[in-house]
Amino acid sequence: MAAEQKTETLIKVRGLVTAFGSKLVHDHLDLDVRRGEVLGLVGGSGSGKSVLMRTIIGLNRPKEGTVEVFGQKIVEAEGAKMRALEMRWGVLFQDGALFSSFTVKENIQVPLREYTHMSQALMDEIAAIKLAMVGLPPDTARKYPSELSGGMKKRAGLARALALDPELLFLDEPTSGLDPISANMFDELIKGLSESLGLTVVMVTHDLDSLRAVATRVAVLVDRKIKSGTIEELRQDKNEWIQEYFSGPRGRAALAGKAA
Amino acid sequence: MTSIDSASPDAWFRLEKNRLEIGGDWTIRDSARLDRELRALKTDQDVRIDASQLGSLDSTGAWLLLRTRRALEEAGHKVEGPDLPDNYRPLLDRLNEVKLMAEPAPRRHASLVRRLYQIGKATMHALSQAYSMLGYLGRVTVETGEVIAKPKHNLRLAATINQIEETGINALPIVGLLSFLIGVVLAYQGVDQLKRFGAEVFTINILGVGLLREIAGLITAIIVAGRSGSAFTAQIGTMRVNEEIDAMQTMGLNTVDTLVLPRIIGLVIALPLLTFFADLMGLLGGAAMCYFDLHITVPVFIRQLQDAVSVSTFLVGIIKAPVFAFVIALVGCYEGFQVERNAASVGSLTTRSVVEGIFLVIVLDAAFSIMFSVLGI
Repeated sequence: MAAEQKTETLIKVRGLVTAFGSKLVHDHLDLDVRRGEVLGLVGGSGSGKSVLMRTIIGLNRPKEGTVEVFGQKIVEAEGAKMRALEMRWGVLFQDGALFSSFTVKENIQVPLREYTHMSQALMDEIAAIKLAMVGLPPDTARKYPSELSGGMKKRAGLARALALDPELLFLDEPTSGLDPISANMFDELIKGLSESLGLTVVMVTHDLDSLRAVATRVAVLVDRKIKSGTIEELRQDKNEWIQEYFSGPRGRAALAGKAA
Repeated sequence: MTSIDSASPDAWFRLEKNRLEIGGDWTIRDSARLDRELRALKTDQDVRIDASQLGSLDSTGAWLLLRTRRALEEAGHKVEGPDLPDNYRPLLDRLNEVKLMAEPAPRRHASLVRRLYQIGKATMHALSQAYSMLGYLGRVTVETGEVIAKPKHNLRLAATINQIEETGINALPIVGLLSFLIGVVLAYQGVDQLKRFGAEVFTINILGVGLLREIAGLITAIIVAGRSGSAFTAQIGTMRVNEEIDAMQTMGLNTVDTLVLPRIIGLVIALPLLTFFADLMGLLGGAAMCYFDLHITVPVFIRQLQDAVSVSTFLVGIIKAPVFAFVIALVGCYEGFQVERNAASVGSLTTRSVVEGIFLVIVLDAAFSIMFSVLGI
């Protein structure tokens, strides 16, 4: 969180190989995520962005290579060690992944209940703050996920991901399926949160506007490997897909917005 | 259980005269203890909060700090500060903007009124459910009539045969095994009781009449309700969640023709055949038990069986099967169409479809029994 720790590497992926059957998804891929940055992870559909995120948080076992988060090898982390890691990161899944049998408030309190000894009164306050932080009205607390719209589900999912005050936040396509206005608001929200809470964010996305608005660095998953840099740096890259991505009509439109 | 609290780097605060000093790591790790201690904090004068020795601060810690300041202000004291390291200023400012509104209390009714309300609601729900299922029955009947009138145009032969395979042939092993075991159990109990009168051989009568008239048909219908009724609801329900049903409607496809009739017709054909198979397997189980327990050989068993049952006994059992099949398939498909656009409702409606299917099968079986006894069959 503090400024002098900026260069610390939180996630270190080395020589990662992932394969489903005979289909190779990642081929000796390397990736670093440093503290305090907002990393946008982009790539074509089916290029394995979400798989990479799931591998980093330990939901997928890699075939080869190592993944270290907070200096701890994920593959070797089991039981208490893994839970200690899980307390330090929050994950927002694509559609929020709220527990459907709980209200929003209970959803946010699940990690609090599991990992702390807070009194119910404090848990209620924390749930209310997190809801307010992600911009949801207080009466959302009593609602069930089935009563929420897609955008509200994502916000509620974010509130749950933030419940334990994580240092590292993973977002899987946070703006997909949102209308442009909600998507903008979500970008602003993530930017504001990452600044005020000193969060490190890894964001899988398709959305160029959101990339431009939020990401401090971009990692492109192309040809089963990662190329990373700022948007400006990547635009100089010769790779065909990257050229098409940043300089195609949508890319130009989104980046032109930056100049304006 | 792993707990964050156990890590406990020390967060502390100290109130001296008009200075509230705080320091250490004010994070979620220590929040439970801080919360307790801060709630007990009292003073009788104005306070300056000095947080310059703060180690680290997260949003939980920041909230505790803000809450304490608000509590002191509400107690009528002037509060200054908090003075804190610059890098935590944005967090505190951000939280300060957040207005905690009391969430509206849920409305409470007196318990008697609420109970009455629930009974009324459940009754209305059951009635409207019955009404709409009756409407559905009407629609399916009309469409079935059209299929019979113009089978070439309306009957989906491939889908129907597929359903016969799915609900009939694939159910053979489980239906066969269970019927065989039921035959064994019935024979065993019959022998046990009838031995006392020296009338063991009448076990075969019990077996024949019981199995053919009632039990084989009932057990098959119940297995099929659990196996295929639930599958119908889940299949159609999933299609609803995926908007496949809506897509079919926009293409002008008749969902009753394409989804419901193949299932109903398929099951109406498959269930009587399954019941016949269950009759055979049940008798086989009974015969095996009689052979091992009473040393009644198969020819003797068959001769006794011929005396005990007539063709009408068999027909009474088998005639019920198409009716059961129709009800099971109708309920299964109807509940499938009731699914809303979320995954949870697929589960709850599948459960409901199985329960209603089995319930209706048993009710119908009782109705048949009464009808047959009035008719003297």
